[in-house]
Amino acid sequence: MALLEVRDVTKKFGELVANDRVSFTVDAGAIVGLIGPNGAGKTTLFNCAAGLFPATSGRIFFGGSEITGFPSYRIARMGAVRTFQVVRPLKDMTVYDNVLVGAFLHGAGTTKAHETAGACIEMCGLAEFADKPSGELPIGVKKRLELARALATKPRLLMLDEVMAGLTSTEVKTALELIRNIRKEGITLLIVEHIMEAIMPIADKVVVLDGGIKIAEGPPRKIIHDERVISAYLGEKFSRRLQARREEQPNV
Amino acid sequence: MDTLFQVLLDGMLNGMLYALVAVGLCLIWGVMDVINFAHGEYVMIAMYLTYWLGFLANVDPLVSMFAGGLFIFILGALTYQLIIKYTVGKPPLSALLATFGLAMLLKNLCLNRFTPNYRILSDTWLGDKTFQMGTLIVPIPQLVTAVLALLVIGLVFFMVRSTRFGWAIQATAMDKEAAELMGINTERIYLLVFGIGGATVGIAGGVMPTYLAVHPEVGTMFSLIAFVCVAMGGFGSIPGALVAALLIGIVEALAGYYIAPVFKYVAVFGLYLALVFLRPRGIFGW
Amino acid sequence: MNHHALKRKDLFWLALVALVALAPLLPAIAANSFLMHVLILILLYASMAQAWNIIGGYGGQTSFGHAVFFGIGAYGAGMAVVTYGLSPWPGALIGMLAAAVVAVLISYPCFKLSGHYFAIATFAIVEIFNRMFLVWYWVGGALGLDYPLVEEGLANLMWYDSKTGYFYCALVLFALIFGIVRFLEGHRFGYYLRAVREGQETAESLGVNSTAVKLAAMALSAALAALCGAFFVQYNLRVDPGMVMSLDTSMKFVLVTILGGAGTLAGPLLGAAVLIPLQEYTRALWGGLGGGVDLIIFGFLIIVIVIKQPAGITGIVRDIARRRVRRQDAAKGGATLGTS
Repeated sequence: MALLEVRDVTKKFGELVANDRVSFTVDAGAIVGLIGPNGAGKTTLFNCAAGLFPATSGRIFFGGSEITGFPSYRIARMGAVRTFQVVRPLKDMTVYDNVLVGAFLHGAGTTKAHETAGACIEMCGLAEFADKPSGELPIGVKKRLELARALATKPRLLMLDEVMAGLTSTEVKTALELIRNIRKEGITLLIVEHIMEAIMPIADKVVVLDGGIKIAEGPPRKIIHDERVISAYLGEKFSRRLQARREEQPNV
Repeated sequence: MDTLFQVLLDGMLNGMLYALVAVGLCLIWGVMDVINFAHGEYVMIAMYLTYWLGFLANVDPLVSMFAGGLFIFILGALTYQLIIKYTVGKPPLSALLATFGLAMLLKNLCLNRFTPNYRILSDTWLGDKTFQMGTLIVPIPQLVTAVLALLVIGLVFFMVRSTRFGWAIQATAMDKEAAELMGINTERIYLLVFGIGGATVGIAGGVMPTYLAVHPEVGTMFSLIAFVCVAMGGFGSIPGALVAALLIGIVEALAGYYIAPVFKYVAVFGLYLALVFLRPRGIFGW
Repeated sequence: MNHHALKRKDLFWLALVALVALAPLLPAIAANSFLMHVLILILLYASMAQAWNIIGGYGGQTSFGHAVFFGIGAYGAGMAVVTYGLSPWPGALIGMLAAAVVAVLISYPCFKLSGHYFAIATFAIVEIFNRMFLVWYWVGGALGLDYPLVEEGLANLMWYDSKTGYFYCALVLFALIFGIVRFLEGHRFGYYLRAVREGQETAESLGVNSTAVKLAAMALSAALAALCGAFFVQYNLRVDPGMVMSLDTSMKFVLVTILGGAGTLAGPLLGAAVLIPLQEYTRALWGGLGGGVDLIIFGFLIIVIVIKQPAGITGIVRDIARRRVRRQDAAKGGATLGTS
């Protein structure tokens, strides 16, 4: 059963169409990647699904119930939580307090919330930074904080917006490990990503946007051969060249 | 009917005074997103300057208003250099709170030195003169202030719209970093804008002592009304501030005459609230 | 780290309150009426500032309208005594309730305004209330309310011969408000409130209903400010619109907190402890309003604090402590405090 269903969502900013009748689903327990070149409308779609702003038209369903037009805090309470592309630590609060804010969502009492916060901090390797103010930390730590904080809300669906951007390749490997662990906990993941080496290895399914419309949807190994995807990322000329080479050597 | 026109006339003349006080604040707010709480105190100081020059040296307000303009220009520039400059990176309301401190300091300094006594400048060239226009009585000092206001506002507007300096100001207002990258000395722009904003109220304070009592508390209401004018007119819009000021002057006069004097400001602030809830960005705001 | 146990700083506060409670037992203090007056005012202003701190410091919404709530509380208690001949307690409770309701009604539209527009709207509201109370016959109009002679005691919250009764009342008020804020600091509401201050959208992405949180904080802040107003009128024995419903009174709420350190527990007390002695002793020295000297100094202090150390006195103390630790670390030749 689809945990998240996006149905014919269109988002316009004045005359600019950022998303044009996009539809896709995210099954429970899956890792779904949302990719596409710059300006494809990935973050806009994300923001619509997360309730940051309402879609111009279309419907969105979470866990079977309709969430179209719901404000972001309601959607978060239902179990769909997102991180931000440009990290937003609650600056004047410590790392621990940041995560605690997330933990309070389903931590029925203060004790429970502290336990959850502690666990998430451990899981994301933030223990040494716990008491530092979150505003002055290196970007890698801030990204982990963003993740830990979202995890603390005990989401059913975790939506990550370009969580790998700006990380070194070692950090990317650690992040991938973390994401796999998150999936093991039973959390579904929708990941907007730019960096192919990051998303392709772990995604069960990939949705490709370009210029506001969905151009492909399917498992990674099929998507990378999809003409339209190659054309969108690398341009028509290269796509044709690749196609020609493939015709010469069909087993590559 | 005649009283209505008289009330409207008095309201409009008063509104022009508010506009003159507001234009400086509008410029400052529009360019650097700073609310100068001491703006009204600038008026008060200019009024005292004019009063003392008139009382001690018999200088006519029409002359000393230039001194007032210059004096408050310097005061404004100093305010920027010593205070406002340091609020730039700080939390948004810092400038407001710091200038509130300044207002408190200036007000009580004058209270301490000059006592809370009300003073009016008599024996000036304009004095109490009025002239009749049909059944309307037009007070001359207020009329002169209104004309002066139009001149100054027009000058400032022209400067901002049509001179190179004005374009530099607009650029700085829209995007400080980009302006700097184009070689504009934004520090100097900020300094001059604060100075010019001050100068406009310095001139305003020039003519006022002939018909308004000078005392340490006189600035506070001017500050509040100037804020309301600028906020109602829309962030950074000089025509907006002018329209808002006229509207406020008229509403104040009507409320004062037809309801009760104490309701003047209820009407003014009520109008502000009603408008800003309906149009959060003000009449012409961007 | 155990976040649950009574922290060291809580013990410090309890000790402080206990110590202050003992003060009037010293005849030297109890007999000095002026000193008692200063101490009572410090406790009152600290309480007022702490009430504002809830929405202004922890909540990050700089409201300049708290004079309205203070005034509603003062008039609530005042009218109970003067107009209806009752004890002030029911009046104070009604005042608190009324203040909370008014707070929610006016904040709801105001919160839609941003930054400066919000600030100006709160000024406008104070001015409107001020004028309305000036002409409202039922509350005494411009003349205000003057207290008649009533029976002394706790029921009427009135003492004539000594200030000790008022002192302990002020102390209880102080302990109550500071206690509430301390409790909220560790409670989910306190965290949510600060999260909304640090980033409203971010907080909402974590499930926080920011509008509800802000309105609740405003209502609580207003009710407590009203309670302070009720104490004020009982101590001052009269009230009129200029005394309570004025921009100057509103700014006191704001500036005392900012001077001490907004968003901290100790800030309001520190701010009051600096300002009140300054205010009262200059007035005593120079007579009348003291020629405004206290406000000249206060104005100057505010400018310096806002531009040099926006975190107020607590910020200054914290910086000094940090510098000492750094110097100690360097002396030990140990690791720096820097982050990687």
